[in-house]
Amino acid sequence: MDLLPPGALAQFQDAFAHALLAPGAKPASPVAALAAQPAFAVYRNTVMKGCIDALQANYPAVARLVGEEWFRAAAAVYVREALPADATLLRYGASFADFLARFEPAAELPYLPDVARLDRLWTEAHAAPDEEPLDPAAIARLTPDTLARATLHPHAAARWAWFEDAPVYTIWACNRAESVPGGDLDWRPEGALLVRPRDAVEWTPLDAAGVAFLDACAAGAPLPRAARAALGARDEADLTQLMATLLAAGAFGRMSFTSESLSVEENR
Amino acid sequence: MTTVLTAGLGLKPQHYDAALACPAEGLWFEVHPENYMVAGGPRLAWLEAIRARHPISLHGVAVSLAADGEPDPGHLARLGGLARRIQPALISEHLAWSTWRGSYHPDLLPFPRTREALTRISDKISRSQDALCRRIAIENPSHYLMIDGHAWDEIDFLAELARRTGCGLLLDVNNVYVGARNLGYSAEDYLDHFPGPLVTEIHLAGHSRDPKLGDSLLVDSHDAPVAPEVWALYERLIRRIGPRPTLIERDDKLPDFATLLSERERADTLLRTPLAKAA
Repeated sequence: MDLLPPGALAQFQDAFAHALLAPGAKPASPVAALAAQPAFAVYRNTVMKGCIDALQANYPAVARLVGEEWFRAAAAVYVREALPADATLLRYGASFADFLARFEPAAELPYLPDVARLDRLWTEAHAAPDEEPLDPAAIARLTPDTLARATLHPHAAARWAWFEDAPVYTIWACNRAESVPGGDLDWRPEGALLVRPRDAVEWTPLDAAGVAFLDACAAGAPLPRAARAALGARDEADLTQLMATLLAAGAFGRMSFTSESLSVEENR
Repeated sequence: MTTVLTAGLGLKPQHYDAALACPAEGLWFEVHPENYMVAGGPRLAWLEAIRARHPISLHGVAVSLAADGEPDPGHLARLGGLARRIQPALISEHLAWSTWRGSYHPDLLPFPRTREALTRISDKISRSQDALCRRIAIENPSHYLMIDGHAWDEIDFLAELARRTGCGLLLDVNNVYVGARNLGYSAEDYLDHFPGPLVTEIHLAGHSRDPKLGDSLLVDSHDAPVAPEVWALYERLIRRIGPRPTLIERDDKLPDFATLLSERERADTLLRTPLAKAA
């Protein structure tokens, strides 16, 4: 016969989950006696270590920048704010960059949240759906009229970002490659493109025109409009070179074509 | 495919190439399905490549059987999708909880074995089996805490779950050893009374002593070779119940693949000796 009343399981779990992250259980808690046993620390430690290990695996450039000890201490604070939503720990830490942005001890490294954002984009690219990259030859075969009606859709794994305040791409890429920047770091805005045309995630710097071009493509803009967006971001942009670079990187997946009438509108 | 599964290994990303190429007969690999619940990319490609050469076991940590409430239909759907893709030889879960009110706790947490828990868990096992269209096995957890309020002994509880749902049981011999040492019962006694016909898989792993409490608290840390005492219990078990697919788990302080393979060969040899009574 049960010694515990109905509904006790949920109460037990509420109290146990609370005690896992709190230093001590509330005195009236159904798990007060358990949390007082020295062995309760095994569960506390396992949960905390599992979460921190996952964050360290998911944010390697951040961890390398700040050092393991600092990273794990910061991660422990984050874990108490936001446990994983599910057991696919690869997804854990979606709000870690935002956390770092308001984490006071990180204030000396204002670029740290953006480095975390690039680590996150790497994970997204790594786990994105498989897709065959658009063959550059398929573009080359299009007539000028068809090309003007084409929308290039970014590849399912392509991710890009622009960082206005710091050379975040260079900082991130160096730490990801476990190297140091060559010479003095040029403190200027930078963009980044991450792609996974085959198995491995690859990355390359991206200028403001490239970021604007991909933003427009992702919004469904046909090529002429995407080109205008690129030129709007950087009026000396070499669009032919930009297209060639993006296509060679595998930044695009499929193509679609707008109707004739829209293309006339587009070309005005 | 009618390959007989003997001894298997946990599949670690560091060992993918060696694992893929390994020709050992009867070898199989176990993974946590949650690590492969992604839309695409190299993880799934690796797993599918391994699957083309070796049987796979999906050993879940997140159905959270012992958590009160309904099973998460999204999780069951993802598990089902992966199972359809991988066609695993074995699927298992734990007699524990991990996900609770939308948060995942990366551990296998204990609970009082009550009638309420039994009803909840058997419902979740049944729904999991329905979602997967197959039988799953439930693993006995490690124990660290003396919990008041158990209305059932663990073996009876597991046997009752099997009776109600038709599930199999995954018997983790190291968990039995660790729990027996921590809570002060006899591991031999436990294993001698475990219902052999329900056992569909066995786990072996290494444990460690708690850094603070030493010998009085063993931790199921999976960071060491299988202990001699656990090997002895394993031999005793398979002499009684016969050979079963047996996994060597190693998750931390990973040695090279060859070292794991030689540990795996020890189990493989035991499983192939005539002393292991036919199932």
